[in-house]
Amino acid sequence: MSGRDIDAGDAPPVPLVEVPPSRLARWRDSDLLANFLRSKTAVAALIATVLMVGLAFASPWIAPQNPYDPAQLDLINSNLPPIWQADGQAPYYLGTDDQGRDVLSAVLYGLRLSLIVGVLGVVTSGILGIALGLIAGYAGGAVDTLIMRVADVQLTFPAILIALVVDGVAKASFGSALDVGPLIGLIVVSIGLSFWVQYARTVRSSVMVEKGKDYVQAARLIGLSPPVIMVRHVLPNVTGPVFVIATINLALAIITEATLSFLGTGLPETMPSLGTLIRTGNRFLFSGEWWIVAFPGLALAGLVIAINLLGDWLRDALNPKLQ
Amino acid sequence: MLAFLLRRVIQAAAVLAVVGLIAFAMFRFAGDPVNQIVGPDTTVAERAQIRTDLGLDDPVLVQFVRYAGNVVRGRFGISYQFRQPVSQLLAERMPATLELAFCATVFALVVGILMGVYCALFRDSWLAGLFQAVSLIGISLPTFLIGILLIYLFSVTLGWLPSYGRGDTVRLGWWTTGFLTASGLKALILPSVTLGLFQMTLIMRLVRAEMLEVLRTDYIRFARARGLTTRAVHLRHALKNTLVPVITIAGLQLGSVIAFSIITETVFQWPGMGLLFVQAVQNVDIPIMSAYLLLVALIFVTINLVVDILYTVVDPRLRLPAGRTA
Repeated sequence: MSGRDIDAGDAPPVPLVEVPPSRLARWRDSDLLANFLRSKTAVAALIATVLMVGLAFASPWIAPQNPYDPAQLDLINSNLPPIWQADGQAPYYLGTDDQGRDVLSAVLYGLRLSLIVGVLGVVTSGILGIALGLIAGYAGGAVDTLIMRVADVQLTFPAILIALVVDGVAKASFGSALDVGPLIGLIVVSIGLSFWVQYARTVRSSVMVEKGKDYVQAARLIGLSPPVIMVRHVLPNVTGPVFVIATINLALAIITEATLSFLGTGLPETMPSLGTLIRTGNRFLFSGEWWIVAFPGLALAGLVIAINLLGDWLRDALNPKLQ
Repeated sequence: MLAFLLRRVIQAAAVLAVVGLIAFAMFRFAGDPVNQIVGPDTTVAERAQIRTDLGLDDPVLVQFVRYAGNVVRGRFGISYQFRQPVSQLLAERMPATLELAFCATVFALVVGILMGVYCALFRDSWLAGLFQAVSLIGISLPTFLIGILLIYLFSVTLGWLPSYGRGDTVRLGWWTTGFLTASGLKALILPSVTLGLFQMTLIMRLVRAEMLEVLRTDYIRFARARGLTTRAVHLRHALKNTLVPVITIAGLQLGSVIAFSIITETVFQWPGMGLLFVQAVQNVDIPIMSAYLLLVALIFVTINLVVDILYTVVDPRLRLPAGRTA
């Protein structure tokens, strides 16, 4: 609100052409920001998300141990409970696992890995879905039918099944002993191929509306090529819903990676994501070392719930029907 | 009506054909089938002989037709891990998965409808708030985490329920059932809740939203004006009209329940088709993977088709020829 007062006070005397407000001023003035600040859940979810992302990416500097470095693991320190229990030892605040790996460090590094894979997966599925949706909506005809039929067929299967099949086939083709780098790429591609349909459908329907508008006709008249019209002119006008899908899909992508790792087809135990840590910790549930599985599980649950709450808020805030 | 049905059947067949093509491509091109059969000391000549015997030198189209013919007769090839026919393995595992999916769906329907009705009728009570919070968690949390949590609570801490396996089963012909023994029934509880929780939250939210909508309509007000009891208005008039979309969703979700049982079966070491599939992915056992994919596709397509047909039976408006719809 203060932004508006300053603008009014500094307004130049009778401008000939009205000067559009700067991007920052428009953002400060927008309903979106006011709506956000009014929603306690959204603010809390954003703070939690930023906190977890910050901790995850600061992990090389703040984690007591590098869990990927076997030389730092000491079997003498194995299966220590968290610090507030009788046998707990600093600096292992959340205890250690059977290899003497610090659970706090493993969770921080695993959080980072889960976030990276999740974001890359969302970006991959987004690029694939937006491209196919743009082409289907803009070209129409047989191309449209083909792309949307493939989407229909894929939509009848749950994403996790498709990710598992892509993963299995790729391993059969390349051999199962992949390096960590290609393995992450493979999981990202599996996630990308599982989630593109929703983007494609949304973008396609928006493009079909935009296609008939005057500015597209004008762009066509001045002789721009279809790819330029699609990317430079149509795409910026259909991005709103795409952001909502991306936020909600980020939670889904993180869950998918965690599930793949939990099922033993994701990241290996030498470079664990949260899903791998839960898979490992699950083995110690009955012998009483609950902390090995509890803290990765809590981190995963917190991350996913925070992102979901943000996505829910964004969906409602950008939905004109609810205002 | 007939044209509509025919079109749906043709579409369903097309989907199955596409999935069949993918399954065949996996079966044939992902990894070399010969390498999976021979040992390290098989000579090149013997390998070539096996290759010819398997028909791998024939044109791809001929191979696809042969594969499709085998699949239609229920021959999915031999599993690389178990050296047994895949159809036999799947048939052994199918009862476990179907019983689990059935229990999960019943749980989701019963609990979901009850909670949904309660949330709609007593919107502002603290219990309704609690149900809403539980449903948010049910939608957000990954299935395997919920399963582990339940195991920790009810198996490790309280020791009430088993954490893995089916318990004692009874053989009825080729079907094995856990419904007839106490340990079998106890073993079903945790996996069914884990598998059904997502569907339950979905149904709860749906029933709540539909009930709130229906309770605002004129015929409910009229029923109240006629002096009917609250119970009759809520259950006979309101709930009945919310159930059509609920049944549809539950029917359509049955396919996802079977597919999602992959995760639940892994958590609980439940000896069903999903666990078989996960082991196949881990060990790159392509024949099982392609057979499972085909089977799930068949189940999905059949359910969608049945739901479509039921719709035309239930809703007479769909039976009118196009153009005459109001």
